[in-house]
Amino acid sequence: MGRLSTVLCGIELDNPVIPASGTYGFGYEFAELYDINCLGTFSFKGTTKDPRFGNPTPRIAESASGMLNAVGLQNPGVDAVIREELPKLKQVFHKPVMANVSGFSVDDYVYTASLLDKEEQVGWLEINISCPNVHGGGMSFGTDPKAAHEVISAVRGAVKKPLIAKLSPNVTDIAAIAKACEDAGADAVSLINTLLGMRIDLRTKKPVLANVTGGLSGPAVFPVAVRMVYQVHRAVSIPVIGMGGVSSAEDVIEMMMAGASAVEIGAANLVDPYVCPKIIEQLPEVMDRFGINRLSDIIGITK
Amino acid sequence: MKQKILRVCAVRQLTGTMFELKLSGIEGMNILPGQFVNVKTEGNYLRRPISVCNAEGDILTLVFKVVGRGTEAMSRLSEGDPADVLLELGNGYDLESCGEHPLLIGGGAGIPPMYYLARQLKRRGIEPTVILGFNTASECYYIDEFRAVSGSVKVTTADGTCGIRGFVTDALEECTGAYACGPMPMMKALYKTLSCPCQFSLEERMGCGFGACMGCTIKTKSGNRRVCKDGPVFRKEDLLWED
Ligand SMILES: Cc1cc2nc3c(=O)[nH]c(=O)nc-3n(C[C@H](O)[C@H](O)[C@H](O)COP(=O)(O)OP(=O)(O)OC[C@H]3O[C@@H](n4cnc5c(N)ncnc54)[C@H](O)[C@@H]3O)c2cc1C
Ligand SMILES: Cc1cc2nc3c(=O)[nH]c(=O)nc-3n(C[C@H](O)[C@H](O)[C@H](O)COP(=O)(O)O)c2cc1C
Ligand code: FES
Repeated sequence: MGRLSTVLCGIELDNPVIPASGTYGFGYEFAELYDINCLGTFSFKGTTKDPRFGNPTPRIAESASGMLNAVGLQNPGVDAVIREELPKLKQVFHKPVMANVSGFSVDDYVYTASLLDKEEQVGWLEINISCPNVHGGGMSFGTDPKAAHEVISAVRGAVKKPLIAKLSPNVTDIAAIAKACEDAGADAVSLINTLLGMRIDLRTKKPVLANVTGGLSGPAVFPVAVRMVYQVHRAVSIPVIGMGGVSSAEDVIEMMMAGASAVEIGAANLVDPYVCPKIIEQLPEVMDRFGINRLSDIIGITK
Repeated sequence: MKQKILRVCAVRQLTGTMFELKLSGIEGMNILPGQFVNVKTEGNYLRRPISVCNAEGDILTLVFKVVGRGTEAMSRLSEGDPADVLLELGNGYDLESCGEHPLLIGGGAGIPPMYYLARQLKRRGIEPTVILGFNTASECYYIDEFRAVSGSVKVTTADGTCGIRGFVTDALEECTGAYACGPMPMMKALYKTLSCPCQFSLEERMGCGFGACMGCTIKTKSGNRRVCKDGPVFRKEDLLWED
């Protein structure tokens, strides 16, 4: 095992760097720029049972050190993902990929997850119970421990691959939700999804986003994410994937010290498309600076 | 798409709110008319999409209106400053299908991409008629630059203080094809009026500008399309603007 490698539910990753769902499409835009096989893996765009257009535009707003999005899970639907996106991805990415799954009912989640579970390219299923931008689903599963338990155990019963529950920060006790997912059979948890926010255009006095509210991400949320990763790591015994505002090798190390076994990077890919390979390249140097031999030594080291 | 650190070689104020920025460092790039760049600005998280106004040799020209924090920061750049830019973004205009006598129609801050388009058409031996729409004389810019490229440049102002009084639709003439960029009311009026093949350049709020985030998607007759990657140029027959 190399200095950067980490293990995620029995699968070894060359490094902990994972582009987050919704900010990396199905990888092709980035494959035009660099060899995306340098990544640990990546989480592809949130996939649902049926194709979705998503929300009307504007879907994007800016904020100090971050952005709000209200994309609303635009995706071609699980059948098209399997028929078109995965074969195309196979040409450019040769590692197991993380499949990000969303839904509006327990049955939806089970349906989509069990289809993706059968795809050999899929290494992990990341179940998004935390999307703040859709109504009647998504986040409503991730803000109540009972609902989270119900959806995760139903999916658990239907799939073989490692199951990751992606958690919402829009709760008072994220550790309780994480525990409920662990009890339901999740192999790992990933956090945080975006924080519910809103901006108003002073000229028109109207919300900037057509959806009125959107999810905040980027460096603005980093300290919130570190705190939640820390709390969740102490509450569960399954691996934690940390994300939220990570933009540098230092941030990756901080997340891992808080308890993350791997780290997802979202919004940063949108403003600096080379951010992931840059972080991977810089990690050894930054580790040297802080006297870290292997990344796996520092997971949850902060007490 | 390419990412480059370009150097500011000149900044010029054109009107009260319009600025021209010349950046060096694009030698060897393949930049098409109708494409845009996405500029990192001091103090702002997201980049700012700006059309290519000209690309010649090593120099990229951007012309923009100061409307908020990002464009304000761009207007304060000075010679020698670095500018982190994503280039070769978007599809660009199709130059093949405009026929012998195309019309180029730009309104307000939508005028800049017409300049590079006019120059590229001229290199192909096609001299377009250019129609530029402004509100008032003090907001007019780039008229002389366009006159140096085309013998047929018409200016309209809403208040009649320069050129024809009225809107770009009051200056239309027979043509074999049209290209338009400007405010939505102008584009929709052209959509209704023109019967020739038309290409419209659209704007949408963007997260990435290169197709990764689905932040800029619109519905078209041929399905969901990202303005940043599948556009920003769309053919009239693809747009759902009937209402
Ligand atoms: C493909 C494309 C090409 C463009 N070309 C030009 C050009 O050549 N010249 C020019 O003057 N303007 C152009 N614009 C508009 C320009 O992008 C906006 O005026 C600019 O982003 C405003 O930034 P700001 O920080 O000054 O304003 P703010 O209002 O403070 O910006 C806040 C946020 O909203 C976004 N935003 C605001 N207005 C627009 C808009 N009209 N379109 C897209 N995003 C917007 C900003 O990018 C930023 O993320 C273009 C837009 C697009 C999409
Ligand atoms: C444009 C955009 C789209 C997103 N789409 C999804 C999605 O489809 N599924 C999902 O689980 N998370 C989605 N997210 C959330 C991110 O994966 C991530 O959890 C969040 O943005 C926090 O990380 P960051 O601060 O590094 O962006 C999206 C985020 C952004 C910015
Ligand atoms: S702005 Fe990200 S896909 Fe168009």
